[in-house]
Amino acid sequence: MSGNSNMFMYSLTVLQPSAITQAILGAFSGKKQQEIIVAQGSRLSLLRPDAAQGKVHSVLTIEVFGIIRCLAAFRLAGSSKDYVIVGSDSGRITILEYQPQVNRFHRLHLETFGKSGVRRVIPGQFLACDPKGRACLISSVEKNKLVYVLNRNAQAELTISSPLEAHKPHCLVFALVALDVGYDNPVFAALEVDYGESDQDATGFAYESIEKMLVYYELDLGLNHVVRKWSDTVDRSANILFQVPGGTDGPSGVLVCAEDSIYYRHMGRSTHRVPIPRRRGACEDPNRRRTIVSGVMHKMRGAFFFLLQTEDGDLLKVTLDYDDESGVSRIKVKYFDTVPIASSLCILKSGFLFVASEGGNHHFYQFEKLGDDDDEIEFSSDSFSPDPLDRTGPIYFHPRAPENLSLVEAIDSMNPLVDCKIANLTDDDAPQIYTVCGSGPRSTFRTLKHGLETTEIVSSELPGVPSAVWTTKLTNGDEFDAYIVLSFTNGTLVLSIGETVEEVTDTGFLSSAPTLAVQQLGEDALLQVHPKGIRHIRADRRVNEWPAPQHRSIVAASTNSRQVAVALSSGEIVYFEMDNDGQLAEYEEKKEMSGTVTCLSLGEVPEGRMRSSFLAVGCDDATVRILSLDPDSTLESKSVQALTSAPSSLCIMSMPDSASETSRSSTLYLHIGLYSGVYLRTVLDTVTGELTDTRTRFLGPKPVKIFKVVAQGLPSVLALSSRPWLGYSDARGQFMLTPLTYPMLEWGWTFSSEQCPEGMVGIQGQNLRIFTIEKLTDNLQQESIPLSYTPRKMLKHPDQPIFYVVEADANTLSVATKQKLLDSAQNGDTNELAPVEFGNPRGEGHWASCISVVDPVGKEVTQRIELEENEAAFSIAAVSFSSQDDEWFLVVGTGKDTRLSPRKSANGYIHIYRFINDGKELEFIHKTKVDEPPLALLGFQGRLLAGIGKDLKIYDLGMKQLLRKAQGQVAPNLINGLQTQGSRIIVSDVQESVTYVVYKYQDNRLIPFADDMIPRFTTCTAMVDYETVAGGDRFGNFWIVRCPQKASDESDEDPAGGHLIHERSYLQGAPNRLNLMCHFYPQDIPTSVQKAQLVTGGRDTLVWTGLQGTIGLMVPFVSREDVDFFQTLEQHMRTEDAPIAGRDHLIYRSYYVPVKGVIDGDLCENFSLLSRDKKAMIAAELDRSVREVERKIADMRSRVAY
Amino acid sequence: MADKLRATQQLEQLQARYVGTGHADTTKLYQPLFPPHRIPKDTYASYIGHPPLLEYMSVATGEPMAKMRTRFIEKMIQPVGKPPEKED
Repeated sequence: MSGNSNMFMYSLTVLQPSAITQAILGAFSGKKQQEIIVAQGSRLSLLRPDAAQGKVHSVLTIEVFGIIRCLAAFRLAGSSKDYVIVGSDSGRITILEYQPQVNRFHRLHLETFGKSGVRRVIPGQFLACDPKGRACLISSVEKNKLVYVLNRNAQAELTISSPLEAHKPHCLVFALVALDVGYDNPVFAALEVDYGESDQDATGFAYESIEKMLVYYELDLGLNHVVRKWSDTVDRSANILFQVPGGTDGPSGVLVCAEDSIYYRHMGRSTHRVPIPRRRGACEDPNRRRTIVSGVMHKMRGAFFFLLQTEDGDLLKVTLDYDDESGVSRIKVKYFDTVPIASSLCILKSGFLFVASEGGNHHFYQFEKLGDDDDEIEFSSDSFSPDPLDRTGPIYFHPRAPENLSLVEAIDSMNPLVDCKIANLTDDDAPQIYTVCGSGPRSTFRTLKHGLETTEIVSSELPGVPSAVWTTKLTNGDEFDAYIVLSFTNGTLVLSIGETVEEVTDTGFLSSAPTLAVQQLGEDALLQVHPKGIRHIRADRRVNEWPAPQHRSIVAASTNSRQVAVALSSGEIVYFEMDNDGQLAEYEEKKEMSGTVTCLSLGEVPEGRMRSSFLAVGCDDATVRILSLDPDSTLESKSVQALTSAPSSLCIMSMPDSASETSRSSTLYLHIGLYSGVYLRTVLDTVTGELTDTRTRFLGPKPVKIFKVVAQGLPSVLALSSRPWLGYSDARGQFMLTPLTYPMLEWGWTFSSEQCPEGMVGIQGQNLRIFTIEKLTDNLQQESIPLSYTPRKMLKHPDQPIFYVVEADANTLSVATKQKLLDSAQNGDTNELAPVEFGNPRGEGHWASCISVVDPVGKEVTQRIELEENEAAFSIAAVSFSSQDDEWFLVVGTGKDTRLSPRKSANGYIHIYRFINDGKELEFIHKTKVDEPPLALLGFQGRLLAGIGKDLKIYDLGMKQLLRKAQGQVAPNLINGLQTQGSRIIVSDVQESVTYVVYKYQDNRLIPFADDMIPRFTTCTAMVDYETVAGGDRFGNFWIVRCPQKASDESDEDPAGGHLIHERSYLQGAPNRLNLMCHFYPQDIPTSVQKAQLVTGGRDTLVWTGLQGTIGLMVPFVSREDVDFFQTLEQHMRTEDAPIAGRDHLIYRSYYVPVKGVIDGDLCENFSLLSRDKKAMIAAELDRSVREVERKIADMRSRVAY
Repeated sequence: MADKLRATQQLEQLQARYVGTGHADTTKLYQPLFPPHRIPKDTYASYIGHPPLLEYMSVATGEPMAKMRTRFIEKMIQPVGKPPEKED
């Protein structure tokens, strides 16, 4: 795999892709509850909609390591559980079962049918399942169709037959659906075109007369073979099919949707057609025909309806009138509502609609009504002939605000993610990720911050500044807390929790002194530790007081329900234990510590035990000692841990641990916070008291305080420094430490009441704050600012925290055109629709484009410059022109009358803007006409470097326009990206990878000196160092290339460049070739790559973003030892945890080019999900313990990322 | 003459061993193994089969993915224009 590469990267995913390729609905858990399975890139996720809360929860996500192309759910007759069929690029059909008890997918069947990879004739593009779950058909785009019979055996296990072939050469498939035929033989319907004749006919007549056929394939279950049962011509433009319920539920057959028409078709039945209603409006072209892009059929209590979506996003409700004798008599269609364009729609029985949108957030709607009795016009097929050539009267409707659907939740989606910059604009301790994503009017500028979302419940000001807060129950059996105890410098305040929170005085707590600890002790007693003693408050309000010895005070205390330990100012430790009659008994001997004790921790009493057997003592000599509390060795020292600074806080607690000896058990940890702001977590051996496996993390410049809290029902750690952090076990069972999006707290404790069963209480300055943590799954918080059109590129102001985004939408009316149409429209037609919901009006050949000035801190767009005269902006740069005293200017490259396919523009322009008002506004200076739209712009040595078509040009700023200073043809096709360092320019070409160009100032020449040997359809590049470039291409590859040292040196030697010009070209290219250092196939198309740090004190990594919303990292390995370790681990993971859809991992990552120099971290991280014995086996092969392996994997991530 | 015979024999050998080896009269469009019209067909099939690639083009053009998919399959019918006249 590695070859002789000496550069190794570790690939990690920070944010998984959010685009949904397909969503299917089913009862995958086998319960009444309906669930949604979505395919997101190479991941399969199970979503559980919660009807009560109107939310969608992500339950499980697995990495398939393959391209998921199609999904289908099916259910065997008589069963209540749905299975999933996954069609991927593995050349195999996979049947998965979701096992809710262990929350994972289990593979039931994996049947090979062809070569791997996405190929024209290998099935996997279309998949349809018989509604009774008896068979499925998997088809390729061309020729091949395979039918698998699904059944169950005597043990009630699912069986799958060998495939039955239904191939037909020269046949292209457009759509495939299973017919609902009740319990007759399963039938599948396909939309097909036979191109066999047109391939032979040189006159072109056969091509002109090609017909599109609707073909029925019947699986004869008795004879076990497949026949083409029926075929008939349909509309030439037909593109999609929908199943019509059959058997006892309906008339069976299919809806065939074509351009401008919806047909009902079935064998032996009459055809019906209804046109697709078009939008009426001032800006709408009345002649534009709509097509159906997605839809869903829903059955309910004997009735059924369809919701079909047009390319504008309008949902149409389609119903059929039918009787059992003559079948369907008419189709009725009417406008329903408008939702974002969906890749899949799912209607839930609980009355919700899930819209997996193609771009932007996914929406979850609730049905208010079904549009049954509203005043929307209903069109019927009675008025239209079924002949596709009949074009009588298009029908129209007026789009309106949603009436039938109400949005209950929008699920964040970064898809499509077009550009990204990482910067720290808010002076936080970690940088933020700024992205532009979305398409059309649903585009957004998003800011991503690392942190968990918190919801504030109470924030109230207190009379003084408290130093600490506790909550306590009254008795052991209480469910909720009864008191909040606040400690001030000179007193203690007790508040009771109820309907209202108010002060209580008769609690027995000493109010005239500050408090060190509060504990609910034994069955029904309370305990307060204050500097002068310990108060033991019995249930009958009797108080037993233990006074601190003379001239000494208590400095630290730790308690649990049966034990109390206090440290005195003299360095002695006094230990108490509760005896059988609820009395606190002091242990006779005091333990003298070497230094002053700063903190203590006892840990909870383990279930079924009398006592916690360890006491952790932190002293100011920078040590933590573990003392035994066992009766025969009380207060004997067990172990010592030396630290880098004095500990400020300790906490012994047990947490679930994936590396522990038995699965699903927990391990005892000692959490240590230091005065230096460092947090440590070590494993505390329950028998010996040894401290092992210490993991360190710097949290912030303030001393760390540690508290035990509960988050999502699991014990977690709240660590407070300059920011609050939460330590918890994530879905993989790995310990995660994530900051909370909450202000700095001085103290924190758990809080539980009827209204808020699982909250936290904290002190911030003079305020008491109560908050909860909603979910632990999202550790990146998003904030979005709406944009107008599809963003193309973004740029940060060189000094100010302001971004500039160029946006452009093809075939869309610009604001000026729209206004002109609105002005000239008759009355009544002028109400403009909100583009965010309804999209912008379309117009062939028109462009809508603008430059937006975005202030991410103020969360607003401060200026929007709409481009006119059908210009569209494609590139942006900030350039400081040395001829203008190094003043910064914004440069935007546009194209006029651009056509995308084939690429053609009337001409291009370069606009110059001046930054005014600290960059919050732009002032237009002038624009310069150029031959082609510049797709790449860059500031270069005080001038502007522009990639215009194949040419690289250097411009200087003049009074009236830009002045061309130098030019050179350096790229074979089209320059789409530029990078520079010194005199070196990296030019990326749309098809031909990167070319290294050197600019010779003396000769004023641009000379290419090195290029690549593989045609990479480059999308983005970044210079890693002077010789090395990282980039991505359109097919989803990530690569790093490097210029040979000799060529690099030679290029800079001669200031005139005479030698370089006369160097012999090698194989019709530049004289030198670049070497490939790394290559990896992450599947998603990289849209930006940059060198950045994601965490404070972390190393530089390569951060790349993918079109579907992925954010990934390439982490360079430092030591060869680590490389060897991870290479071996990766090898073992490939065999021990082979991808679930049957794709070979190594071949998947080598999809176009063999993987080189990159280790797949996502695969390595799956180690923690393996079974215990597999883990042990792999760890043994690596000569390490399971815990060490897990630690190494976790360290790789936590050192550089979240 | 002997050279020509040997060349023919070698070619026959090659054709026997490797399917798709052409001969002097093979037309451009009807190379048995990689005829030019198959390459664009494979390309279109690849556009349809790789969801990110389809989305990439859909974002650029502003058309929904379903429309792009149909358009690409439609193009697969005759990707490089009419076939050439047959010479018999």
